[in-house]
Amino acid sequence: MRLLLNGAERELPDGSSVADAVLALGAPPSGVAVAVDDDVVPRAEWSGYRLHDGATVEVLTAVQGG
Amino acid sequence: MADDALVIAGREFGSRLIMGTGGATNLAVLERALVASGTELTTVAMRRLDAAGGTGVLNLLRQLNIEPLPNTAGCRTAAEAVRTARLAREALGTSWVKVEVIADERTLLPDPVELLDACEQLVDDGFTVLPYTNDDPVLAGTLERLGCAAVMPLGSPSGTGLGIRNPHNLEMIVAAASVPVIVDAGIGTASDAALAMELGCSAVLLASAVNRAQDPERMAHAMRQAIEGGRHAALAGRIPQRHWARASSPPPDPS
Repeated sequence: MRLLLNGAERELPDGSSVADAVLALGAPPSGVAVAVDDDVVPRAEWSGYRLHDGATVEVLTAVQGG
Repeated sequence: MADDALVIAGREFGSRLIMGTGGATNLAVLERALVASGTELTTVAMRRLDAAGGTGVLNLLRQLNIEPLPNTAGCRTAAEAVRTARLAREALGTSWVKVEVIADERTLLPDPVELLDACEQLVDDGFTVLPYTNDDPVLAGTLERLGCAAVMPLGSPSGTGLGIRNPHNLEMIVAAASVPVIVDAGIGTASDAALAMELGCSAVLLASAVNRAQDPERMAHAMRQAIEGGRHAALAGRIPQRHWARASSPPPDPS
């Protein structure tokens, strides 16, 4: 399936979860948060949350600012 | 003097300087500035994870034992700010948030309508809400009544270094507020920070003034001392201003 992952198109195996998408980005184990189609997905739900084809996934972290 | 802590939402801070991490040329420079500032609470922004970015700034704050304060910088609507705050709570494990909802890129001034909407939703959702607001006493009062833990009026627009353009508005905000008033944005140099404290503000939040100075570490030190000096002056009871001179030495001896 195709995802829009942090603004870039990515191909992931069908049935992939939010946890798989986070892994595909090489995210560190802590300090990140995920929104799917603009809804925040709590970390505890990452493994069980199946992504659908065409989903928009945003993986955010803290950067210098403010 | 040691018992003069800043208290926000029941939490005590020994430093009245809240730093921002934006504008620093690299993490090593930022680290020296943060240490020199003595800050205990420092803002970060939320952005997409990229291969280069990592979480360096979070690790730095953790090492220095500085509490991260996520902001909603860049948000233009209440919905964006609420989503960013919820993502920050997930990523950082803190329910504290500096709420910024900006009206346009040219002024970076807060959009008061969207700001109020965002703050109301976030207070209801259990956040400790610190809103970046205009220097408007009416708006500040409304934010406090909504349940914000502090109000953070600007001295002048972000990054301008124009200092405090309407000191009387800040005095009116301070006089009416029962939550901490934190000047956020516009500080250019140490005297601006001292003035904020002399006006009765509880703390100062600044980033560019230090991080974009030629010597950020030294400017951080200057800000720390200015804020301490201004705080002492505010508590010390300054002399009234007079029109004519008043000698401080005894009158001259008769000839």
